[in-house]
Amino acid sequence: MAFVNMKTKEVQAKIVYYGPGRGGKTTNLEYIYSKFRDRIKSDMVSIKTHGDRTLFFDFLPFDIGKIMGYDVKVQLYTVPGQVKYDATRRLVLKGVDGMVFVGDSQVEQRKKNILSLKNLQENLASYKKSIFKVPLVLQYNKRDLEKEGVPLLPVETLEKDLNSQLKVPSFSASAVTGENVVPTMKKIISLTMTSLQNVMK
Amino acid sequence: MVYEDDMTFTDYTLGQEELERIENILEEDLVKSGVHSVLLIDMAGNIIAQRDNGSCDHDLYSLAALASANFAAVDTMAKIVGEEEFSLLFHKGESESIHFSKVNTEFLLITIFGKEVSLGLLRLKVAEAVQKINDVWA
Repeated sequence: MAFVNMKTKEVQAKIVYYGPGRGGKTTNLEYIYSKFRDRIKSDMVSIKTHGDRTLFFDFLPFDIGKIMGYDVKVQLYTVPGQVKYDATRRLVLKGVDGMVFVGDSQVEQRKKNILSLKNLQENLASYKKSIFKVPLVLQYNKRDLEKEGVPLLPVETLEKDLNSQLKVPSFSASAVTGENVVPTMKKIISLTMTSLQNVMK
Repeated sequence: MVYEDDMTFTDYTLGQEELERIENILEEDLVKSGVHSVLLIDMAGNIIAQRDNGSCDHDLYSLAALASANFAAVDTMAKIVGEEEFSLLFHKGESESIHFSKVNTEFLLITIFGKEVSLGLLRLKVAEAVQKINDVWA
């Protein structure tokens, strides 16, 4: 539900980072914010609890420059990952144009990833959107923990669990070190823009 | 379940002429009545139109994102307690206050104003502006 302003030649598109709690959605945005600090004019907005957990969402507006003559502003959002915040999570999905699903690579989080992806499918359906059609990128986060001896799911297992039907682009990443954070974002921006470009012609 | 994925863009269309009419309404009815800044946003948090008195320096993109989320949260709370909607949404500050008004199912009008404008007058002016904005589509 991107908004195209024909008068100012501006496009606003909404990209939401989804996934299980403590999976690294906020850390993705924090890395992007620190990396592109000079290009992001406003502050990152975070509505979180005292325990530093996302309560409602994080918000980061990002000017990505001109595409086909339009100034494109991408609005990056995260949702709260904790199961109990489903009502607010659903609100953030309103009008979404593209999605990143941030999965947690730790072996013990396997079930949570699958449940969260299923929850995404249900919440998109409540807006009459199909998870198979919305621009979507998967990110298998926390790969850096392997070096510290934390048992991680092999990427093949994550692919089988989460991507066997979706068959969307996926990245192994570490939001903490920044590895593949920017490629994940670039991929979802490009998929989102492709899906929007018919209207921008 | 019928999916509506073909509708990638907003369900509404606003041409240049309509946007100019809306901006005019915001300017004539609200900014000239003394409000500091006024935003027409959609429920997803996009800014549709904006006008201010020239001395406002707020982060409007963040404000729009928060305002739409806030409105959606309050609207959900209303439903939980059995109300169709809460009619007055207003946050009062020391020097700046914010008033929210639903224009229709797609749009919200966010008005930022100071002490020099009374809430009563503001509500009257907002109601008039909302009516005029709805007439743009009529």
